[in-house]
Amino acid sequence: MDKFITHQGIVAPLDRANVDTDAIIPKQFLKSIKRSGFGPNLFDSWRYLDVGEPDSDNSGRPLNPDFILNQERYKGASILLARKNFGCGSSREHAPWALCDYGFKVVIAPSYGEIFFNNSFKTGFLPIVLPESQIDRLFHEVFAFPGFRLTVDLQAQTVSTGDGTAMPFEVDAFRKYCLLNGLDDIGLTLRNAEKIRAFEDKRRLAQPWLFGAIV
Amino acid sequence: MLQRTLYDKLWDDHAVHAEDDGTTLLYIDRQLVHEVTSAQAFEGLRLARRKPWRIDANLAVADHNVPTTDRSKGIDDVVARLQIETLDRNCEESGIVEFRMNDPRQGIVHVIGPEQGATLPGMTVVCGDSHTSTHGAFGCLAFGIGTSEVEHVLATQTLVAKKSRNMLVLFNGRPGRGVTAKDLALALIGQIGTAGGTGYTIEYAGTAIEGLSMEGRMTLCNMSIEAGARAGLVAVDETTITYMRGRPFGPGPAYWNRAADYWRTLRSDPGARFDRVVEIDASQIVPQVTWGTSPEMVVPVDGRVPDPDRERDPVRREGMERALTYMGLEPNTPIESIRVDKVFIGSCTNSRIEDLRAAAAVVRGRRKAQNVKLVLIVPGSGLVKRQAEQEGLDRIFRDAGFEWREPGCSMCLGMNADVLLAGERCASTSNRNFEGRQGAGGRTHLVSPEMAAAAAIEGHFVDVRRWR
Ligand code: SF4
Repeated sequence: MDKFITHQGIVAPLDRANVDTDAIIPKQFLKSIKRSGFGPNLFDSWRYLDVGEPDSDNSGRPLNPDFILNQERYKGASILLARKNFGCGSSREHAPWALCDYGFKVVIAPSYGEIFFNNSFKTGFLPIVLPESQIDRLFHEVFAFPGFRLTVDLQAQTVSTGDGTAMPFEVDAFRKYCLLNGLDDIGLTLRNAEKIRAFEDKRRLAQPWLFGAIV
Repeated sequence: MLQRTLYDKLWDDHAVHAEDDGTTLLYIDRQLVHEVTSAQAFEGLRLARRKPWRIDANLAVADHNVPTTDRSKGIDDVVARLQIETLDRNCEESGIVEFRMNDPRQGIVHVIGPEQGATLPGMTVVCGDSHTSTHGAFGCLAFGIGTSEVEHVLATQTLVAKKSRNMLVLFNGRPGRGVTAKDLALALIGQIGTAGGTGYTIEYAGTAIEGLSMEGRMTLCNMSIEAGARAGLVAVDETTITYMRGRPFGPGPAYWNRAADYWRTLRSDPGARFDRVVEIDASQIVPQVTWGTSPEMVVPVDGRVPDPDRERDPVRREGMERALTYMGLEPNTPIESIRVDKVFIGSCTNSRIEDLRAAAAVVRGRRKAQNVKLVLIVPGSGLVKRQAEQEGLDRIFRDAGFEWREPGCSMCLGMNADVLLAGERCASTSNRNFEGRQGAGGRTHLVSPEMAAAAAIEGHFVDVRRWR
C-alpha cells in the first residue's frame, strides 16, 4: 500500500446525498478479476451518455457535459467533496479502487456507508468526515472559486484552505498509523499468530462443532 | 456482572486481542466466498506467498454472475465465465469446498449458508458482500467486508475491527394479514433513514419478531445494511433451534445437545443497555412500496408518491426531484395506479421457500396481466427450487405465465442476462432500488413477495390486504 502523509489538490464537488456504490462503479465492471483499471468507469452511468461495458473503448464514448468530472474547471481533481452517506450500499472494494484509479486521494463528506469507509483505508485512500456546516461552506467555495484547492495533512489531522483556515478531523489511531507508514495489516496481524492459535485451540475445545465441519 | 447485549456477548466471545483504543482482533468462525469479491483476495495471497489459515472455515459458491437459464452449455458471457472459472480454480488450489454452478446445493450465498448449517448461532460469519447481515437472524455476528478483508480473513482467520454501538429495534404488536418481514424492514428504513443504523449493530426484538419464522428473520436482518447497520441480530429461541436440526454442516448428534444448550444463552441479558432504542407498532404497518432510488424513499401501498414541494431541506428536496425524474413519476400519484413492466421475485431478501409459497398462494389459478412483459421467479438455491417443485409451486407460476428459473442473484443486480431495459418499471422483492441497479435506466420498486405477485396479476400495485 502507498503511504499517505499530506496531499494538496483540486476539489470536485459532488452535490448529492446517498451516493451509492452502484453509482460509483456499476455492476458490469465487477466482473473483472483485477484490482486496477476501474478509473475510466468511475461514476460510469452519470459520466457518459451511453451504457458502458467492461470491454468498451471509453475514449470514444459520448460524455455527459453536465457531470462535474467532465467540466474543464475540475480537471485533474484529486479531492472529492460529497454529501451525507457517501458510499452506501454494497461491500464492493471496487468503489474505492475506482476512485483511486481515477486519481482521487481523498473524499470529504459528513458521513459514509460503513463498509465503503472501511475499505477505503485498505486502498490507501483517505475518507474524511467533517461537520455538515463546514461541508456546506466548502461547497459554496468550490462553486465560487475555479481552481479551488485544499490541503490535507494526515499527521496533523487537518484540512486547510488557501487562506489558512484549518479544519480538524478525527481519524482512528491504528488506521492513521497504517496509512502514514503504508503498512499491510495482514503482516501486522500475523505478528499475533501465536495468540490467534491459542484462541483457536480454546475454541476448538469449547465448541468442537465449529471445526472440521466443512471438508 | 454487567448486563450484556447479545452483540456484546458475541463480540467478547471472539476478541483475540484488544488494544487500549478498542481496536480488536476478532476471530472469524466462518467465511462465505463468492466469485465477485474473492479473485483479488486469492491473488493477494499468492503474491505474498501466504496460505489460507483454516480451510474448513470457508465455503464458496458462485451466485452473482451465473445464468438462470439452462446451464448445461456453460456461460456465454466470457468475462463472467472467467470470473467463475477463477473461483473454481482458487478453491481447487486451496482446498476450499465450493458448490459449483451445477451442484444441486448451489444458490445465493446468503441462502445456502443457513440452509446447509454452515451458519450457526454464536458464530462470527463474514463474506465479501454487504448482505451478510442476513445471517444475524441466527444469533450470530455476521457482516459484510471488502476484498482486502476477505484476504485478511483467509490469511489470518481474524479481522481488525472496532465495536459498533448497540441499537434495539422493538417491533411490538402483531403485523396484520398481508404484512410481511419485508414490510417491517422497509417501514423501519422509512422511519430511521438509510443512515439511521450507521455505526450500530441492530438487535430486532418484540412480539412481532418472536412470531417470525427463520425465513422472515433473515429477510429483516438482510436489510439491516439498507438501514446503514453492518449487522442485524435476532436472539436465539426455539424457532432457531428447530431450524438448525439436521442441517448438513451443523453439530450432528454427537454435539447437538451441547450446542443447543449454548445457543439458548445467546440473547441479551434483561436490563442490558442499548445506546439507541427504536419502537415500532407492527400492528400499524401497511404493505410498503418504494417510490424512489433509495430504500428510505418508501410509502404505504395505500399512499401517494410524495411531493418535493413539501420538503424543506434543500439537499433532500433535490434528491427527491432527481429520484422522481429518474423513476418517471409525478408527485401525488396514488401508488396503486403505478403500472409495472416486469416483476422479479428472488434475491437473498426474498427467495426462500416461504417467500415462494406466499407468492404462489396469491397467484394460484390466475394469470399475469397483459401489460406485464416478464415475471421472473428465481429460487434462492437449488434445494429451495427442488422443494418448491415437490410442492407444485413451479406449476402454479408457469400456469400464470411466469418464468421459473435456476438459482442465483439474477435481476437483483443484473450481472447476468436478467436485466431491466432503460425506462422499464419493475416490482422487485430485492433490497436495493438504486439508479441502474437492475439494469441501466431501469426503475425498481421494492416490495414483498405477495405484493410483487399481486402486481404481476393486476399489472399495477395493489394492496394485498384488500385484494383477493
Ligand atoms: S441477491 Fe442481490 S443483494 Fe443478495 S447477494 Fe446477490 S446481488 Fe447481493
